[in-house]
Amino acid sequence: MTTSHEPTYPPPRRLRPWNAVERGLAKVGISGKALVLIAPVAWLVIFFLVPLAVVFGISLATKQFGRPPYSPLLTTEEGTVQLTLHLNNYIRLFSDSLYVAAYLSSIRIAAIATLFTLLIGYPMAYAIARAPDPWRNVLLMLVVLPFFTSFLLRIYALTGFMRGNGLINQFLGLFGIEPLVMMQTDFAVYVGLIYSYLPFMILPLYTTLVKLDSSLIEASADLGSRPWQTFLSVTLPLSLPGILAGSLLVFIPAVGEFVIPALLGGPETLMIGRVLWDEFFSATNWPRAASVAVAMLAVVVVPIMLLQKAQGAVVEK
Amino acid sequence: MRRGWFLPITAALGFSFLYAPIISMVVFSFNENNLVTVWSGFSTKWYGALLNDPQMLSAAWLSLHIAAISASIALVLGTLAAVALVRFRRFRGRTLFSGMVSAPMVMPDVITGLSLLLLFVAMEGALGWPAGRGMVTIIIAHSTFAMAYICVVVQSRLADFDRSVEEAAMDLGASPLRTFFDITLPIIAPALVSGWLLGFTLSLDDLVIASFVSGPGSSTLPMVIFSKVRLGVSPDVNALATIIIGIVAVGVVIATLLQLRNRPHKGRA
Repeated sequence: MTTSHEPTYPPPRRLRPWNAVERGLAKVGISGKALVLIAPVAWLVIFFLVPLAVVFGISLATKQFGRPPYSPLLTTEEGTVQLTLHLNNYIRLFSDSLYVAAYLSSIRIAAIATLFTLLIGYPMAYAIARAPDPWRNVLLMLVVLPFFTSFLLRIYALTGFMRGNGLINQFLGLFGIEPLVMMQTDFAVYVGLIYSYLPFMILPLYTTLVKLDSSLIEASADLGSRPWQTFLSVTLPLSLPGILAGSLLVFIPAVGEFVIPALLGGPETLMIGRVLWDEFFSATNWPRAASVAVAMLAVVVVPIMLLQKAQGAVVEK
Repeated sequence: MRRGWFLPITAALGFSFLYAPIISMVVFSFNENNLVTVWSGFSTKWYGALLNDPQMLSAAWLSLHIAAISASIALVLGTLAAVALVRFRRFRGRTLFSGMVSAPMVMPDVITGLSLLLLFVAMEGALGWPAGRGMVTIIIAHSTFAMAYICVVVQSRLADFDRSVEEAAMDLGASPLRTFFDITLPIIAPALVSGWLLGFTLSLDDLVIASFVSGPGSSTLPMVIFSKVRLGVSPDVNALATIIIGIVAVGVVIATLLQLRNRPHKGRA
């Protein structure tokens, strides 16, 4: 069938319903674009943006008994609307050393865990990127697989590993080494964070490393660089977007982590996610929990914006 | 390029770090002994104990329900968002929109959970809906963050494929809607399948958000597991974990094979 002499047929009959639908929508001023956008935009505004505003509002309320367990912001008294804002949650946040310590230790723990995840994840991502083709996909799947298997159950698996009579200590016992206390320590929290978030580090690193032009590395070697010099002057700088994206993907959720410090950490492991959880579930002080959330948001909002930029740089060719 | 032994060895160590705890958990789920880490013989009694635990079974059923429904909602919303982000180069509020789509992915769970709970409580006070908290509120919460992940998966697939087939369909007189359903949708179908599976497992996995937005009588499986694990180790959790890992592993392998088979250019990730 040649296309050059084809006369222009009207579209077949069965195409028409869609055309009619579109014409009808266009008549009332709804374009195709708006049709695609309206549902996700409405959903995200209602269930993502508005909730953040609500948290901010309630953080300015104060705890009271009843349902809901916080004071109303707007009250009507003799026909006038009154806005009552309480700053006591925030004052407490800065004056009570528990909160300050929890913030600082969350940031410290998340930063150290991110560094170790990078140190372990980088060579793994590099090895996968350099692996021959069929292997590469298998190895990638092996990285993704634990990420899909329940996070909670993997933390549970770690507790079985690190417990006093767990496998590590049984193994050490074979050599006559005294059992180590690993559970309920900061060490266990670090292991848990690295273990859980390693795939988040490897995937963006792999994406930048696999696109790396190997002729640059060969050129560097031809010009007489030792392998580690090539790595420092060529590979490492070119993979910076991946390093940044991976580190942020680990750091942001690690700062607010609750499950890992709750199951692996000891009572002295202070993390802000745990403080928020306790304020809400144990103390049932919703406004205080909301103010902790706002302060946590202040810590992660800059990293989240950086991540957006870094992810753009990773995806672009 | 030669790297000698350093890379393979670190990779091997890294993978054993990822897999050793999981493998030992699977092995010990068949352990006869009550002590979780002392092997005393093969037994499947913990699987039997699991089947006779009504609390566990009803929680599992509820979780599967929630996961299926929220993955489906998230699939529709995430696909629409992906189409908008890939196909509409410019529209007002694009930056805000792409930020809103991806932010739930990295937002700490405690913030997502608390903020949605406070929203639901405020909405109930003002509008009378949702009446109480339970399955519906968990589904809404899970759809919101699963949507972000699904959007990323579908986006990469949409950006990958040859647009000339779409243009050909439109040149032949198909309307944009028809082109989408007849041409685009079949091409991105593998991404939709793996996106749905991803949403399903994310929902099945979530403890923190569900704990905030659930109500009395709607404990999901992770909530039941968490309360058990907090009290100490229980061998039946090993059995449950093995079942879940088995199902997930099969699902991930199928999804990976689907994606590999339908990938137009080899070696592109």
